[in-house]
Amino acid sequence: MASEALPSGGPPERVHGRRLFVIWAALTVVGVLLIVFVAGPHMPPGNFSQEARDQRHINILLAALAVPVLFGVWTCLAYIFTTFRQGEGELQDGPPVRGHPRLQVVWVVATAAIVLSLGAFGTEELLGSAKGAGGGQGPDPLAVPAGQKVQVQVIGQQWAWTFRYPAYGGVETSQLALPEGQTTELHVTSLDVSHSFWAIQLGVKADAIPGNDNVAFVTPRHTGSFEIRCAELCGLWHGHMHNTGVVMTQAGFAAWIKQQQAANAPATKTLPPYSTHYFPDPIRRAG
Amino acid sequence: MSVGAKALAIGCATALAIVLVALYIVDFLAATPSTVKAASAPGGARLTLQTVASYGHSPHPDWVSYLVQDGGGKWHHTTVFKVPAHSLVHVTIYQYDTATGLRNPFWSQVRGTVGGSMTVDGKTMNALNPDLASHTFAIPDMGISVPLKGVADDAKNQCSVAPCPLSQAHTTVTFTFRTGKPGKYRWQCFVPCAASFIFGNGGPMQSPGWMDGYLVVA
Repeated sequence: MASEALPSGGPPERVHGRRLFVIWAALTVVGVLLIVFVAGPHMPPGNFSQEARDQRHINILLAALAVPVLFGVWTCLAYIFTTFRQGEGELQDGPPVRGHPRLQVVWVVATAAIVLSLGAFGTEELLGSAKGAGGGQGPDPLAVPAGQKVQVQVIGQQWAWTFRYPAYGGVETSQLALPEGQTTELHVTSLDVSHSFWAIQLGVKADAIPGNDNVAFVTPRHTGSFEIRCAELCGLWHGHMHNTGVVMTQAGFAAWIKQQQAANAPATKTLPPYSTHYFPDPIRRAG
Repeated sequence: MSVGAKALAIGCATALAIVLVALYIVDFLAATPSTVKAASAPGGARLTLQTVASYGHSPHPDWVSYLVQDGGGKWHHTTVFKVPAHSLVHVTIYQYDTATGLRNPFWSQVRGTVGGSMTVDGKTMNALNPDLASHTFAIPDMGISVPLKGVADDAKNQCSVAPCPLSQAHTTVTFTFRTGKPGKYRWQCFVPCAASFIFGNGGPMQSPGWMDGYLVVA
């Protein structure tokens, strides 16, 4: 094999090209099928919310697009290493490389097309879907879903998350509960340092910045629980800044919020009026 | 210098650097405050704590801190407390610090204690004016949070060196909670009480042994 592939006396260039193409195409077909039908259904963040489902579709698409590139590089390297390896006893330079304009044009055009297409696709997912793909969009979101939304404020502080429901008397709770099938408008903020609100299975991730209102949307598709973590290193107990959220039926949510209003009534009386952000007060002595 | 000598010198220097880094890491990881076992009490344990505005000793004489009393009445500067599992823990906190105020009034409510209440100088309460809070004793994973009322700013005879005696200005907070399964639960103060640190969150707020620690349930 090695002697056949040597520059002198080996098969012509187009034979190598054909072989490479066949190997690459076969691997790519198998790889894409595996990504789409075997790995795809298990890809994060899952299927818990509309946003999570969209993100999983994007992850599958990106992984499938990466397969031809990955196998293109690996196939070329493996083929070159095995076929054009210099034989024992001989020591000679390889043929001079003087450029290949057609290949260069194809390479530049193809990679530019992939990058620009992905840019357009990402923009459409962020804006055209009118959901913002579950990410924090800042105080003035460009992609706002239509219809009625439940508003929940997510408040980060060292080292706990609390959740405020302005439509229910401004009650603040230590657990996040959301109604199934209804879009929730999350207003993420912080009372001290920067945190990052990550509701993993819901596909929501939004920075919690003091004095800032970071808006994200999520529409849970079914009931169940999900993990909440801080995704920004925020100090000593950052690793403990986790929680478990719940998606409930609409009736269950109505009962739960009533229960929370009663249980947290003493604290609710002392809370400041609802605001989209709070500045880190008090600093009577500290700071 | 010969090539062999150079290689030996580089090898020795590298080995020394690795040893020093390893020692630093081990020292950092092993530097946990000591554990004090809560005193026995009917049905469980009795945990007696105090908070002080300034510890008064090295290495940080001006840092705010918690202290714990052992069964023999001796005060220890540590924040790792051992209590029995599935038991009642009766807590008494002598609060010698003045108020800073809660950044989030959510923590002004007493949560997770028996009866959802505490006593402050003998008076039963289920919440505190958030501006009067000096510290909190909160164990988030157990759902426990108790705000601690601060001493008046103009109180006479304020304590500045730990451990503080009962003859100095303080408030006394008591409450009882029930422990569950064995485990190591972190606890912390939710008041930004670290004077002279940005937003009151540095120094003692970030250091076990001062305003954070563990409740070892065994």
